[in-house]
Amino acid sequence: MSDELNYLSRRVALGKLSRRDFLGRASALGVSAAFANTLLTGAVRAAGPVRGGTLKAGLVGGESTNSLDPALFMTQVPFSFGKMWGEMIVELSPEGALEYRIAEEIGSSPDAKTWTLKIRDGIEFHNGKTVTAEDVAATLERHSDEKSKSGALGYMKGIESIKASGKEVILTLKEPNADLPYLLSDYHIIVQPNGGKDAPDAGISAGPYKIAVNEPGVRHGGERFANYWQPDKMGFADQVEIIVINDATARTAALQGGQVHVINRVEPKIVDLIKRVPGVTIRNHAGPGHYVFIMHCNTAPFDNNDLRTALKLAIDREEMLDKILRGYGSIGNDFPINASYPLFPDDIEQRTYDPDKAKFHYQKSGHDGPILLRTSDVAFPGAVDASQLFQQQAAKAGITLEIKREPGDGYWSEVWNKQPFCASYWGGRSTQDQMYSTAYISTADWNDTRFMRPDFDKLVLAARAELDENKRKQMYRDMAMLVRDEGGLILPFFNQFIDATGPNVEGWIDDPHQEVMNGYALAKCWLSA
Amino acid sequence: MSSPIVKLIAQRIALGVLLLLAVSVLIFVGTQILPGDVAQSILGQSATPQALANLREELGLNDPAYVRYFRWLGGVLTGDLGTALSSGQDIATSIGGRLWNTLFLAFWAAIVSVPLAVILGLLAVRYRNGFVDKLISGLALASTSLPEFFIGYLLVFFFAVKWQIFPGISTVYDGMPFLDRMQAIALPAAALTLVVLAHMMRMTRAAILNVMQSPYIETAELKGLRPFDIIRKHAFPNAIAPIVNVVMLNLAFLIVGVVVVEVIFVYPGMGQYLVDHVSKRDVPVVQAVGLIFAAVYIGLNIIADIAAILANPRLRHPK
Repeated sequence: MSDELNYLSRRVALGKLSRRDFLGRASALGVSAAFANTLLTGAVRAAGPVRGGTLKAGLVGGESTNSLDPALFMTQVPFSFGKMWGEMIVELSPEGALEYRIAEEIGSSPDAKTWTLKIRDGIEFHNGKTVTAEDVAATLERHSDEKSKSGALGYMKGIESIKASGKEVILTLKEPNADLPYLLSDYHIIVQPNGGKDAPDAGISAGPYKIAVNEPGVRHGGERFANYWQPDKMGFADQVEIIVINDATARTAALQGGQVHVINRVEPKIVDLIKRVPGVTIRNHAGPGHYVFIMHCNTAPFDNNDLRTALKLAIDREEMLDKILRGYGSIGNDFPINASYPLFPDDIEQRTYDPDKAKFHYQKSGHDGPILLRTSDVAFPGAVDASQLFQQQAAKAGITLEIKREPGDGYWSEVWNKQPFCASYWGGRSTQDQMYSTAYISTADWNDTRFMRPDFDKLVLAARAELDENKRKQMYRDMAMLVRDEGGLILPFFNQFIDATGPNVEGWIDDPHQEVMNGYALAKCWLSA
Repeated sequence: MSSPIVKLIAQRIALGVLLLLAVSVLIFVGTQILPGDVAQSILGQSATPQALANLREELGLNDPAYVRYFRWLGGVLTGDLGTALSSGQDIATSIGGRLWNTLFLAFWAAIVSVPLAVILGLLAVRYRNGFVDKLISGLALASTSLPEFFIGYLLVFFFAVKWQIFPGISTVYDGMPFLDRMQAIALPAAALTLVVLAHMMRMTRAAILNVMQSPYIETAELKGLRPFDIIRKHAFPNAIAPIVNVVMLNLAFLIVGVVVVEVIFVYPGMGQYLVDHVSKRDVPVVQAVGLIFAAVYIGLNIIADIAAILANPRLRHPK
């Protein structure tokens, strides 16, 4: 039987049998669908990538205001397109390990303050120039310049000096940071000739595709770069194209109509319908992103930990996950870290819905009267529904929530990080340190829960400098407990990325870091014949 | 042509220009009232106060509002629309392609819908109160009553997903072969046609019916003309003014009111461009687009006015 299955799976890999037929034949042979799928994926990989064709993605998250300057990347389309034409210093592999790209090695001094990046030989920019240590140093300089508008500035300004010497770049940090290599994988830090200081939006780097078309808000296209340094790993399609489709219905229609091969952000409520479309495969996987309700710990009535605890106990996470995300996510435990992060503390007790205990803490807090919760559909998909559900759940604990629906336009400048209690989301970061430094230390600009705890800040700094993994893990556990039990964060669930691919798209690997394979779907996938 | 008409037309145009100026002030004030500013929107969630201050300085947002308005007005009067604050691109260049796309779509939608509406209107009058009239009116009213996004999705569902005749997304680009381009805009043009059809058709019908009550129509009937000839030769020319009016109104809609259809079909026209820049608080772009939209609207209305004047002998030959 297995001979026949192997034979069939090879036929699929060669494009002589459809995936659907294969699954049908496999189940006729008494094999479970899951096993048959695994077999198939293996066979397709073994058959190897197919070169040629045009691979197209329809993505939400592009505007006519987008620029090619990597420092200004914010939304999904520039992010994904950047991974087509850009080359990184290091990248995170789908397994969460460091993948060395332009840097072939990164070493540090024992105190984690001085770091040496060894630059790989023989990588070429699209303009024919060779990538040098000077280019890498200039790139880092541009992103760490106080005057720059780089989205990576927040952690890049922790670098004190950048020096290129021969084939090495030497970085000296203001404070020790064991996570530095991970920080360099930030998607803004695309290596450009002379760091992009001369022409930040020229769109020249060393990625697998050269920019052929750049119409912001409409479409972006690339053609394979003949001298790409890793031709066996990326760049299988001759051309790639991203079409900006911000409307969810239009996106799914384009996939069904065969105009694009990959789409992002399938809405949880229609996943089950899309699944039934022949040829379409849903690619959902966990990531570090999470949807939250945030309270300012320094503003009445949220300056009372009993009230915060009451609200944390008054939310039914299971029901939220089930009704708002239709199960496409995982429940949260009021600290912003999950298994997507290295050194995740997995032994912390799960907080559950307990109206009685919530009532106890609520009464102890002495607060009376309704609590104003601001929400908007831009906070996260389904945020308004989630807020109403929260209102009903809290009512069972005797807590009255009053919901104010804010306009989506201006939500991020007028409500988030300004009002004491609102719905929001975080995309997550690549390391725990990055997440906590971005939003939970006292001095962080986006400390959106106003969590001001000197003991917590000290822990973050200590963990950053600690090179012993076991000690670090314990420190991260302590931090998680502090945020969970005393912070202003209500984290009902982590969301999943839900992408979808059309027929004949092969080579997909789930990547927990960002959607569409951390932006690499078009570069790493191929079209089977 | 007699001088009173020239004077009348000159007056209209002068009034239109004045109106445009007023509109530009309104748009500017409107964008100032919106919460947040362009620096905040460019940097978004990743904005640190330091980066915000740097960017505001760089973009000249610290000047008082009236200074910025007159600086912009001076530019426009010398033919310079300025550069977009958010992306640094030249506005005239980036609007050019978008405007062309919008006009292209509007042109083909108009080519289909205007004659269709007028002919259907004439047919409805010819067979008034009969089955044909009721069928035409019923269908047209039904298509207008449906919201345009619903019509759009219906078209996508059947023509793009089920039968796969036309593409569901209408991405067009420079250098696209003409036939491909036509195929790409088929569905949005059809959606627009369905949206504007009923209004023009019903107005045509009403205007002609109005004329049909006149004594000279009775005379024409009595001298034995065929019903359709009466409508074509005697009723229609006298009903032109209101018909042109409603046609112009709908043409204006085809250009300035297509945001929803553009979003559904992912068509790179002016509407989407405007929406993107409003949410970025990119005032120069919003003003430029607003000005173009206002100019189109006012211009088409002036044309309608002039057509009404020219079509009406009493206005053409005042005592």
